[in-house]
Amino acid sequence: MTRAVTAIVGAAETTRLGEIPDMSQIALHADAARNALADCGLTVADVDGVATAGESPVAVAQYLGITPSWLDGTQVGGCSFMLHVRHAAAAIAAGHCKTVLITHGQSGRSRVGVGGFPGGAASLSGQFEAPYGIAGPPTSFTIPALRYMKEFGLTHEQLAMVAVIQREWASRNPRAMHRDPITVDDVLRSRVIAYPFHLLECCLVTDGGGALVVTAAERARDFPRKPVYVIGTGESSETPMISQMEDFTTSRAFRVSGRAAFAEAGIVPGDVDHLMIYDAFAHLPIYGLEDLGFVKRGEAGPFIWERNTAPAGKLALNTNGGGLSYTHTGMYGMFALQESVRQVRGTAPAQVPDVHISVAHGVGGMFAAAGTVVLCDERG
Amino acid sequence: MPEPRRPKPVPTPETKHFWEGARAGELRLQRCRSCAKAYFPPRPFCPLCASTDTEVFRASGRATLYSYVIHHRPMPGFEPPYAIAVVTLEEGPRMMTNIVGCAQTPEALQLDMPLEVKFKTLDDDISLPVFAPAGAAS
Repeated sequence: MTRAVTAIVGAAETTRLGEIPDMSQIALHADAARNALADCGLTVADVDGVATAGESPVAVAQYLGITPSWLDGTQVGGCSFMLHVRHAAAAIAAGHCKTVLITHGQSGRSRVGVGGFPGGAASLSGQFEAPYGIAGPPTSFTIPALRYMKEFGLTHEQLAMVAVIQREWASRNPRAMHRDPITVDDVLRSRVIAYPFHLLECCLVTDGGGALVVTAAERARDFPRKPVYVIGTGESSETPMISQMEDFTTSRAFRVSGRAAFAEAGIVPGDVDHLMIYDAFAHLPIYGLEDLGFVKRGEAGPFIWERNTAPAGKLALNTNGGGLSYTHTGMYGMFALQESVRQVRGTAPAQVPDVHISVAHGVGGMFAAAGTVVLCDERG
Repeated sequence: MPEPRRPKPVPTPETKHFWEGARAGELRLQRCRSCAKAYFPPRPFCPLCASTDTEVFRASGRATLYSYVIHHRPMPGFEPPYAIAVVTLEEGPRMMTNIVGCAQTPEALQLDMPLEVKFKTLDDDISLPVFAPAGAAS
C-alpha cells in the first residue's frame, strides 16, 4: 500500500439537511466550512487553500475571511470535490499550501441565492441535444440504461432493487430524507419519470452542504479526530453530451479515474471494505461496480439483487442511503466523501465493522466526468 | 408546423453546414480525408487523428436505434410521453434525436430497429433531423 502524503482531518456536513429555505447557497458553504473547521479545532486563519465548485473559490474565501495562497475552482459537476481532494494533495505535496478547505453548499430544493444558468443554445449540446426535449438529468443521464439492459439482460426488477437496498441503508441514518422501507413493487409502481426510470429510481432534490479540511499526513495526528489518510486518487472526463458517450454500457471516465486511484493506492477491489458510488439514478451503482472492477461486466445487477451490497452483505455500498434516499443537493459527491470519512473514522450511523479502506467514487454531469478517492485509517 | 416553444439551436461557424443541410433536407456529416472516419458533432478537425483535412458529405440518413428514454413529464413544445433517443448512423457516429411515425412505447421502440432520417421544420432557418422507422410513410 502507498504511503499517504495527505489526510482529511476535518469533515462535516451542514447543520441541517433537506429543506433549508432560510439560507442562501453561499451561507450553506460557510455553515459546512465552519462545522468542518470546528471538527478539527482550526479557524479560518489556519486555512491557506480553498477549493469549491458551484460557487467561485474567490467568493467562498472572501465570505469566510480567508487569504488564500492556493485556489481550485475545478467545476466538473457532482464529482468536483473528489478532484479537489486530489488537487489539494498535489498542492500540499508541492508546498503551495498547507491546509486546504473544500466546501460544498447548494440550495437545490429551495433555490435561495442561486445563480441563473446561461441558455447555451449555441453550445454543441444546445444545438444537438436540447432541441429533442431534454429536461435535465432525468431525461439524459438515463438514456444509456436501456442499451445496458439489452446487452446484459438487466431486468426492471434488478434496477428497482438498487433503490430498495439503499433505502435499507437510509433507514439506519437519522439524517436521511427518506427512511421508510420500500419494496421492488413500490419502486415499479411509482410514477414513470422517463421510461425505464420511475420516481424512486431518481435522486432526491435537497438543500445542504459539506466541507473537508485536508492537510499533510505528518500533521494528521495533531488533530482531535482519527486521521483519514488519502492514499489514492483519480480523475477523468469523457463527454459533455450523453449522446457522444462511446459505449452506453460502460463509462470511460469511471474506468480511467478508478484505475488511477487504485494504482496509486496500491490496492485491488478485494481490499476495499466500504464503497460509495455516486447514485444520481439507480443505474449508476451498476456501472460503478463494473467499471471500478468490483464485479465483471454484466454482473452488477444480479450482485445487487442477491443482496451483496445490503446491510450485512459482502460489500457495503452507499451506506448513507445515497442520492436516492439520503440527500442530493445537485452536486452530491461531497456527501459520498463525508460518508467515507465517517466509515473510516468509525462514526457512521450505519457503521460497517472494521473499515480500513473506503472508496468514494463520483460522477460529474451525465457520465461527463469522474473522480475517485481512496481513504484509509493508516498512513501506509 | 413551427414550434416556437421548443428549444432552438443557434448555429455557429463550425456547425453552419449541418443546419444548412438540414434546411435543404440533407443530413450532413464530416469525414476525415486522412483516416477516412466520419464524425459528429461538427468541428474543423478530425477528433480521431486531429487532421484538419476534412470534408462535409451527405449521409445516407439510415440509422439504428441505440438507446432512449420515454419522457412522461411536461416539457414546452412537446407532448408527453415522447421518446428522446440516441441513434447510430450508418456511417458510425451517433446523434440524439426524436423518433417519429410510431407509438412512443417500449413495444414500438425496439433497440436496433432500422430508422431513416426525416426533417422537422422549426422555422425558416432551422429544420431538425428526426428519425422514423425505416420504410414507414412520412
